[in-house]
Amino acid sequence: MKQEEGKHKYGMVIDLDKCIGCGTCMVACASENNVSVRTDESDKERSIAWMQLFKITNGKPFPQTEVSYFPRPCMHCHNNTPCVSVCPASATHMDYHTGIVSQIYTRCIGCRYCQAACPYHARYFNWYDGYAFIQPFPKGLERQLSPEISVRMRGVVEKCSFCHHRLMRARTRAYAEGRRELEEHEYITACAEACPTQAITFGDLNNPKHKVARLSKSVYAFRLLEKLGTEPKVYYLSTRNWVRRMADNYRPDQLEPVGAVKT
Amino acid sequence: MENQAHSSQKPLKKGWFISLIDVVLSYYSYLISQPFRSGLVYFLAGLIPSLALGWLIFPALLYSKQPQPLQFNHAIHTHPQIGIEGKTEEERCLQCHGFREDGTFTGIPNLATCMKCHDDPESTLGETPEEEKFNEEYVALGKEVPWLLYHRQPDCVYFSHIAHVKMGKQECRTCHGDHGRSEKLPLHQRNRISTYSRNIWGYNIAGYVRNPWERMKMDNCADCHTKTGHEENNACFVCHK
Repeated sequence: MKQEEGKHKYGMVIDLDKCIGCGTCMVACASENNVSVRTDESDKERSIAWMQLFKITNGKPFPQTEVSYFPRPCMHCHNNTPCVSVCPASATHMDYHTGIVSQIYTRCIGCRYCQAACPYHARYFNWYDGYAFIQPFPKGLERQLSPEISVRMRGVVEKCSFCHHRLMRARTRAYAEGRRELEEHEYITACAEACPTQAITFGDLNNPKHKVARLSKSVYAFRLLEKLGTEPKVYYLSTRNWVRRMADNYRPDQLEPVGAVKT
Repeated sequence: MENQAHSSQKPLKKGWFISLIDVVLSYYSYLISQPFRSGLVYFLAGLIPSLALGWLIFPALLYSKQPQPLQFNHAIHTHPQIGIEGKTEEERCLQCHGFREDGTFTGIPNLATCMKCHDDPESTLGETPEEEKFNEEYVALGKEVPWLLYHRQPDCVYFSHIAHVKMGKQECRTCHGDHGRSEKLPLHQRNRISTYSRNIWGYNIAGYVRNPWERMKMDNCADCHTKTGHEENNACFVCHK
């Protein structure tokens, strides 16, 4: 089912050859989006990370060992968005005018169908009261929380929103200056802004002037589990074929090596 | 025989309908003619108090009513001759309830905004008891007035004033009514359960809305977007955060 194209299609390109796995994107994301923490974070199955960092290796013995890191935000699938199609409460929705998959916490009933449907495990369930109903509310905590993001309560699912509040902020500023169109640099996500090696690029995939539109058409660009046909809007770049092969469980003969690149 | 069968076909349908009306009417006449025996009195004795409880008494109990800390007179301030400068009414509104440089809405003005004009010794302040109270309790101590907000939305709601006022060319009164011309601030009615203001929750418990400032829930926003042809703004992440 192809949907008609909206005006904007915000997307992200992550250069895996530049990523050093420092985790700054995870920290920036968590602090930007009021992602809650628990006093004991040792149980990682209960942890929440909108931006998750995975480590992969090519599995070869020492001299040939290679490591690559996979930062994984929500992929904001453009077609047949798996989480949207299963949500019984219409709490999640794919907006064709921006391409952002929204998650409305106050509408979510916590059935976790979307978590089961998401092929990328990008959705997280609040097993505990995050910052929403702490009693007594710790003194000074409100200064750490961003007022642009609502805090989540126990029993709802949350996920990356492509820092949607930054889009609203950029739009508000553009309106104040009498514009309706945004510049490329005005709306970027917190992870893209924080990345020390600038591995993450963010912009409008529909706008050929934006850097992401060019990078996503690169021969080295690929997406995770591309054969599912969900058209994720997060692209990865890598010149290493073993990394590209891991992204989609290709058969050895299925993926054609790109140009003269090391394997 | 043929004639009989032919003539009895149509009236049979009508007769069935009339007899149904007959049954209903005779039941009502029975209810009314013998109110006690038919149970009508007992039914109404239960129905009327429970309706009154649900529609009148419960809404009255549900909201706590608090006066504002100060009685502010909007009418004087927006008066074209004696009040704030500005050609149109909207310009005069925006003098105090304006936009910051980044486009965000300032909302209720702080003390510094008041003192921008009232620092001037020629400006009149302190003539009425309310103004004296403002001078003594807030200006002298440098304390902000704890105004109660009529239109504070829940935490999950994002609302951009500049999108509606500047880009959408909406007047302030379209949503806020004649608040800018009022001489007294109305009581702030707070829902005891949800803690939201009655201006958000709705003055009518049935959800019936005559004016936008009586109820500001999601369907009211969506209704206006649909009516004005901005259905794309009914997407979730336009007003939610």
